[in-house]
Amino acid sequence: MGSNYDDISFSEYTLGQEQLDGIEAILHEDLVESGVNSVLLIDMAGNIIANRDNGQCDHDVYSLAALASANFAAVDTMAKLVGEQEFSLLFHKGENENIHFSKINPEFLLISIFGKNVTLGLLRLKVTEAIEKINRLLEK
Amino acid sequence: MAFVNMKTKEVQAKIVFYGPGRGGKTSNLEYIYSKFRERIKSEMVSIKTHGDRTLFFDFLPFDIGKIMGYDVKVQLYTVPGQVKYDATRKLVLKGVDGIVFVADSQVEQRKKNVLSLKNLQENLSTYKKSIFKVPLVLQYNKRDLKDVPLLPIEVMDKDLNSQLKVPSFPASAVTGHNVVPTLKKIISATMASLQNVLK
Repeated sequence: MGSNYDDISFSEYTLGQEQLDGIEAILHEDLVESGVNSVLLIDMAGNIIANRDNGQCDHDVYSLAALASANFAAVDTMAKLVGEQEFSLLFHKGENENIHFSKINPEFLLISIFGKNVTLGLLRLKVTEAIEKINRLLEK
Repeated sequence: MAFVNMKTKEVQAKIVFYGPGRGGKTSNLEYIYSKFRERIKSEMVSIKTHGDRTLFFDFLPFDIGKIMGYDVKVQLYTVPGQVKYDATRKLVLKGVDGIVFVADSQVEQRKKNVLSLKNLQENLSTYKKSIFKVPLVLQYNKRDLKDVPLLPIEVMDKDLNSQLKVPSFPASAVTGHNVVPTLKKIISATMASLQNVLK
């Protein structure tokens, strides 16, 4: 990095093609194939790292990512204000669509959008599995 | 903390409009949105109070085309300017790549500009970023106002830019004067700071 920019910048976010391919495969096989409509892997600044859906979604993913990262950060700050490390379940339920947030590591978030065909329990199980796989891949 | 996707050859960079309350940050984004409407595919997102004040942020994704072979998307954000919203203001700054500081040219807002710039410096330091290193452009807004006393440009430069020495623009977010040049300047400064990584 040039001297005109702070040290903590984005080299740690510049994932290689192999890692991105791996992440996309995990999102697809573990989540989309389990019935999740759309899944986004974003960073805490609101950038989209990877995005997979069932081909029937037409969401504005850039706005979703910006709002999701801000929402997560706000809830996380609230948790600390009441003396919690974090709130472990972050979930918004709608009539047809639901959104589930899950922290992958201090920098990345997984956002899953799912409908009535997937139960929250199954989703949480699948998300936990996917996160373990993603973390193993990021450690490489 | 821009994200570079080597696979899709896409760069996402975050540019934040900062400054005192009622200074014209949201108006800047609204002007950009109206001016480039056909190029901006999504709606502008605003989280505001019933009184039309920014509560959390405004968000506008802006596709600026190819730079060095990369498809560049800048994400424009504003912060809430009111002093009491410092916690949310700090959250919006996370991962910022470039900043436009929108100062209010009215004489009676002089102190608020200085305090807000100081607040920006403090909030950046919580992310271990220096106001002297982050790409930054100043905008002296509301130059179109006729019925209220305005600060001379030299005074605003002395108040806000004597140490920073960054590009500055007298502007009017309402009429659109110098809004696009401000945006172009911060985009080029931000891209220049990312350049080494894109090679």
